[in-house]
Amino acid sequence: MEIAAQPAETQEESVNYLNVNHTVKSWLLTLDHKRIGILYLLSISLFFLIGGIYASLIRLELVTPRGDLLTPEMYNRVFTMHGVIMIFFFLIPSIPATLGNFLLPLMLGAKDVAFPRLNLLSWYIFIIGGAMMMYTLVSGGIDTGWTFYPPYSSIYSNSQVTLAGVSIFITGFSSILTGLNFMVTIHTMRAPGLTWFRMPLFLWGMYSTSLIQILGTPVIAITVLALAFERTLQIGIFDPKLGGDPVLFQHMFWFYSHPAVYIMVIPGMGVISEIIASMTRKAIFGYHFVAFSSLAIAVFGFLVWGHHMFTSSQSMYQGLVFSLITYAVAIPSAIKTFNWVATIYKGSVSYDTPMIYALAFLGLFTIGGMTGLFLAAMGLDIHLHDTYFVVAHFHYVMVGGQIIAYLGGLHFWWPKMTGRMYSEIWGRISAVIIFLGFNLTFFPQFVLGYLGMPRRYHAYVPEFQTLHVLSSAGASILALGFLMPGIYLTASLFFGKKAEANPWQAYGLEWQTASPPPLENFTYDPVVTHEAYDFDSVKEIQEAREKVAVTA
Amino acid sequence: MSEHAEHVPGLAHHFVSMEQQKEAGTVGMWVFLVTELMFFGGLFLVYTIFRSTYPLGFEYGSFLLNMPLGLTNTIVLILSSLTMAMGVHSAQTNKQGALQMYLIVTLLLCLVFLGIKTVEYRSKLHDHLFPAYTTYNPAIKEAEPNNHHAVPQALKSEVRTFLWIYFLMTGLHAFHMIVGAGMLVGLIWMARKGKFNDVYNSPIEIGGLYWHFVDIVWIFLFPLLYLSGYHLNVGH
Repeated sequence: MEIAAQPAETQEESVNYLNVNHTVKSWLLTLDHKRIGILYLLSISLFFLIGGIYASLIRLELVTPRGDLLTPEMYNRVFTMHGVIMIFFFLIPSIPATLGNFLLPLMLGAKDVAFPRLNLLSWYIFIIGGAMMMYTLVSGGIDTGWTFYPPYSSIYSNSQVTLAGVSIFITGFSSILTGLNFMVTIHTMRAPGLTWFRMPLFLWGMYSTSLIQILGTPVIAITVLALAFERTLQIGIFDPKLGGDPVLFQHMFWFYSHPAVYIMVIPGMGVISEIIASMTRKAIFGYHFVAFSSLAIAVFGFLVWGHHMFTSSQSMYQGLVFSLITYAVAIPSAIKTFNWVATIYKGSVSYDTPMIYALAFLGLFTIGGMTGLFLAAMGLDIHLHDTYFVVAHFHYVMVGGQIIAYLGGLHFWWPKMTGRMYSEIWGRISAVIIFLGFNLTFFPQFVLGYLGMPRRYHAYVPEFQTLHVLSSAGASILALGFLMPGIYLTASLFFGKKAEANPWQAYGLEWQTASPPPLENFTYDPVVTHEAYDFDSVKEIQEAREKVAVTA
Repeated sequence: MSEHAEHVPGLAHHFVSMEQQKEAGTVGMWVFLVTELMFFGGLFLVYTIFRSTYPLGFEYGSFLLNMPLGLTNTIVLILSSLTMAMGVHSAQTNKQGALQMYLIVTLLLCLVFLGIKTVEYRSKLHDHLFPAYTTYNPAIKEAEPNNHHAVPQALKSEVRTFLWIYFLMTGLHAFHMIVGAGMLVGLIWMARKGKFNDVYNSPIEIGGLYWHFVDIVWIFLFPLLYLSGYHLNVGH
């Protein structure tokens, strides 16, 4: 990167996006992508906390074989609210709406996303949808499972299905707007010299995610809307009593909700690429393959939804095709994993907190991905369908993949976002605690599921108690691990030492501006002259920039 | 960075140039239309599934719709697409008067469409054909003298499903028309203030893309809903 002659401000105490204005109004009406990223960060942290409380209730109930803490009815509501909040209000917006919003224009060398007003609107839509979900929650919640299968959800369920459906319908639009904004921004606002194949892999991840968001989300929106109509007006589309087809709902639901799994993991993969490259000081091995594998996952992801329906009256031949394509999705995922490992090989690895998360991701995502193949095998799936094996599998991908990557990314870019360094010791300790707690929570569930423990049951046979107790013990360790970053990251805002512009000596435009960045991101017009992850050039680029700053 | 931005009217501060802004707007609208396509696509899927499951119910149901009014609306919308395209052309050639005129005619055609749609909806409600359980009763209509298209008792429920799909699809379309009307009001207001010229006209172009999309959806809805039973000779 080089710089066109523009005076650069001095690094110390310069006006940045955080201190430019302190009023609440300036935050609530901000069009700055960085502030909107922070607003999302605060809101999804709240939802993560609420979803986490529900998770704790589930694990507490399952300590004993008898359903003694919660009534069966209440237990249904608890696991449903856990799923709905975690998926729609935490995992889907997690990386794109927080880190993505903050970093995407910075990485592109742009001043903002293409449509800043839509960006703010998307946050408000998210908040409205979230507020409705909170109202759903206090007015009794829902008990259908996060999948809302009719006819249970359309006639029998005596809970707030309509309200929850409308809430998800509304929230969907915030996801669509984010995806639309990112896609257009990447297409039209790359800095001079930043070709598609010089982009950081995080942006390839964001692009693929946006593709799923804009293609999939409208389908779930119309589906949950139709479900809400089904419940209130009995339109007879999904309800078999009225001539409707409940399996049609499953098709339409999974047409979005399976790709949505990739909305929840592709961004994490993008973060991991950035962390591994910076922490090993090597360019990602096979850049093009990793970039295209994101797209491949996004595209294949749309063709595998039927593997959720091996047991719901789907034709066997149809199932065979879905099974085959599901196996095919494993290929791009494996390409990524192998390439990351090849990147680490002979790199100069530093084990800072983000790298510990990245290594944890590699192990956990591999287990999560491989067990997905077990479930893609039609015969085996008959045995494992709707058991704890499935629960363990998707938690390894969602928590072990996305949340681990999200935390890794949060630590990696925390100095950039806040201008403060967190406590490295506490960072490493909590990363290890999360890794151990996570495995203790979810590994026993693979065994439980294989032995036949069905999901969504609040009571079980006594033989399973040991494994359930192990899992619940792990959950308490995991909860502690998740609380720790909340504490030391907050503390770093007040006591942390000031961060330099580029504390990791990383490559990338976001590191070529002050921490925290100024209002319009750069005090010069960025131009990109090197390939991605060209770590040898970092010093040279920085010196060139400083020289221009001095002469100006 | 920002100094040249201040000199170009209509250029937002975060874009480098007018071309970049225009490209972003256009790409954005196309991406949005893809989203819309998937949104309507869900309902078109529902239509396809149920038409193949209940072919007779769809034919009888289709016969209950007012084909001449549907056809009129199709012509109205095609005309409005033409006037919208003329509006875009007028903006590009900097003809202020023509631009305002075409936009106003487009808005009027939009209102004509919505007016006819209202008449159709009202008559369905009046004939007890709005498919909510409290209102749906084709028997009342059948009891009237000179009624030519009675719905066989066995098909009542299938026809009801058809009518729901009709209301969902045309309702969603009408909602998009209403949004389009609001957009046209905004564009007319901006055009009257002379904001558009041969350099800056992307809102008109982008609005035009939206308008044509909404028209195309109707072009598919009309034959699928109104014409699928028209060859039926039942009752004649």
